[in-house]
Amino acid sequence: MKHRTFFWFILPTAAAMLLFIALPIVSVVTQSLHTPHDAVLTVTKNCGPFGCKDTTVIDQEATAALRTAEPLGKFVGLDIYFDRGHLAVAEVAQAWRTSDGLGAFFSQLSNLPFYRAMAFTLTFTFTVTPLMLILGFMIAVAVNTLHRHLKGLVIFFSLLPMIVSPLIGSLVLFWMIDSRGVIGAALQWLFSDPNLSLKASTGLTWVMLIVYGVWHAAPFSFVVFYAGLQTLPQDQLESAQIDGATRWQRTRYVIIPHLMPLVTFVALIQLMDNFRVFEPILGFNSEAHATSLSWFIYNDLGGETRLLSSAATSSVLTILGVAILLAPVLVRTWRDFNAKV
Amino acid sequence: MFLKKVIAASVLAVSAGGAHAACEISGRVNIIGNEFPAIHAVADGAKECSGGEVKANLTADHQKINVAGMTGNPAEYTSAIIANSSIVALMNEDVIRPLDDLVAKHGQSLSPNQLIVVDGKVMAVAFMANAQHLVYRKDILEQAGVETPTTYEEMLEAAKKIREAGLMENPIGGPYKAGWNLAQEFNNMFLGHGGEFFKEGTAEVSINNEKGVAALNMMKALSEYMNPDFLTHDSNATNAEFRAGNVALMHMWGSRAATMTEAEGVTDDVKNGFAIAGPLTVGGGTTPASTLWWDGWTVSKNITDEDAEATFVAMTHGIAPERLNDEMRPLAVWLIDGYEPTEAAQGVYDAIQSETTPYPMLPYMGLLHTALGTELSDFMQGKESAEQALADVEAAYTAAAKEKGFLQ
Repeated sequence: MKHRTFFWFILPTAAAMLLFIALPIVSVVTQSLHTPHDAVLTVTKNCGPFGCKDTTVIDQEATAALRTAEPLGKFVGLDIYFDRGHLAVAEVAQAWRTSDGLGAFFSQLSNLPFYRAMAFTLTFTFTVTPLMLILGFMIAVAVNTLHRHLKGLVIFFSLLPMIVSPLIGSLVLFWMIDSRGVIGAALQWLFSDPNLSLKASTGLTWVMLIVYGVWHAAPFSFVVFYAGLQTLPQDQLESAQIDGATRWQRTRYVIIPHLMPLVTFVALIQLMDNFRVFEPILGFNSEAHATSLSWFIYNDLGGETRLLSSAATSSVLTILGVAILLAPVLVRTWRDFNAKV
Repeated sequence: MFLKKVIAASVLAVSAGGAHAACEISGRVNIIGNEFPAIHAVADGAKECSGGEVKANLTADHQKINVAGMTGNPAEYTSAIIANSSIVALMNEDVIRPLDDLVAKHGQSLSPNQLIVVDGKVMAVAFMANAQHLVYRKDILEQAGVETPTTYEEMLEAAKKIREAGLMENPIGGPYKAGWNLAQEFNNMFLGHGGEFFKEGTAEVSINNEKGVAALNMMKALSEYMNPDFLTHDSNATNAEFRAGNVALMHMWGSRAATMTEAEGVTDDVKNGFAIAGPLTVGGGTTPASTLWWDGWTVSKNITDEDAEATFVAMTHGIAPERLNDEMRPLAVWLIDGYEPTEAAQGVYDAIQSETTPYPMLPYMGLLHTALGTELSDFMQGKESAEQALADVEAAYTAAAKEKGFLQ
């Protein structure tokens, strides 16, 4: 392709990427480096239905003057990144100095919001991703062997978890596992423990969220693998069969290698999605047991006083986290690509 | 007889006509507010106005969108219905306008105690009061042989007896959901112990003291008598527990008292046993462990004066004394002129009478509330000590307050 043609060909895409991807990231990074100005407070007399009282308020005129002078706010560098709500550098150093052993250090670390969220997010990501790959593959192989009249119906039902929106799906499950819900009551009966509550225990909440995550994501890998199975090299399978390969050997040495590029693709998407886990946390009301960076952003923006810089910082950390997670997969893909060329 | 009927009919016609025809506006009105029956009634009243478009977006998530929806110029929302906690966010961002001139021009039906005056300027018009107070099942208490509790210590005693008598496994309820609700329960309990959230005149938090520890220990003791899922129960879920007859004692919002047992499938036992009392005290204190709230409306700063006037007129019509009919009266404890408290309002009235502390209207209170909401759940689950939990709250608040420029 001529350079000129290539330029005009790529221009709309490049412009859209600049506008919708690069600029927002630049804006978020900028905001994470700034905080609002120091508040100018004054004490005034406030009156209402319950009487009068001297109360502190923000001096709007003085604040407005500060804002006009520096509309971006106060430049604070990486302060927000290092504060207690995020990387908590000072607190981690303190914990390192004061704790006797690694156990004590990690228990202090788990008291800091960022590291606690990371503990859950990474556990979630690294259990849900492989499990949903395996489950999706198993469903795909099973459906592929079905009679063609049954296939359509089964495919539709297998896709249901993905069709239901995550928030609704988790809410439905939330009420089922309630101690008065179908599953919750059944478990209490099964273990004959009337106080058994899935929602009150951190461990069980994590299990529940992971089960939900697999349930929700498996249809995605199923549908991708099912599509892949339609392109299987039939002659290769046949010759393997003639050579006496068992069903397992055919799966292991022909089907899986054939689907490997798809596995990489699904894993890539799912690592990214699971790292941003959010809706189930909200749907299961499980913020007491499990949080994630995305939930931090929601919490910062949803409070009575919004913490915009903090939310921006959490967003940048999410982007960095996703980049780190995807790096090995991307490097591998790049190598494969180079090897082929 | 005939004459009487005619007079009665014409009086009715005149008063009805008076109530409806009074509102004429020339401008745009768009209301953002929380979603519960009393607020619906106010918004419906504003919608009776003719001459301009009146829209309302009433949602439980109103606080997530009201500041954003009022920041642009012209603002999307011309009025936000808020409470004494949430007006702070609007004042911090400077998106609401002083109403003095409009009150002088159109506010004849408003009584002076409805006006929320900040620094000599009217910033909001309050229309209802709210507070958390005791709701209970008198039948269950009778069966267990206990008096109606007036303190949290007595509530624990009563709960113990109910459980021992085998009447209920978890007799206490409460909105203890991690987040806003849990933080609010701490606020109640801390104020009940005579606590002050901040060092006098500063944004420096001071809750990690014996009062804070006592407040947390009482919450923990109460939670022993609650449904084990209590950290996921907001006021909707607790209300449902009460309706289902699973709970005998709870501290509940006054705004829910009227509809507490109004739902399909609520048994007669629950309906007949339902009773209301004032807020409880704790730790030998005299100030109730509760907070007083008002709900009111504001007018956006970033709109034209015509729209502001239309908004003021429509909202004033929404809370006009003549709209207080049998349907609207039981929905809330109205601050409107001529309101006679109904039975369901007794709890909130008691709260006002017993000098309950109003929820603090401080620019940095919202940050503390958020920090409490995220950091207290570890303690409630028994994972850390009260002191550690309070230290965590203080650290989380301090980080947030530094970011917002309240602390240097």
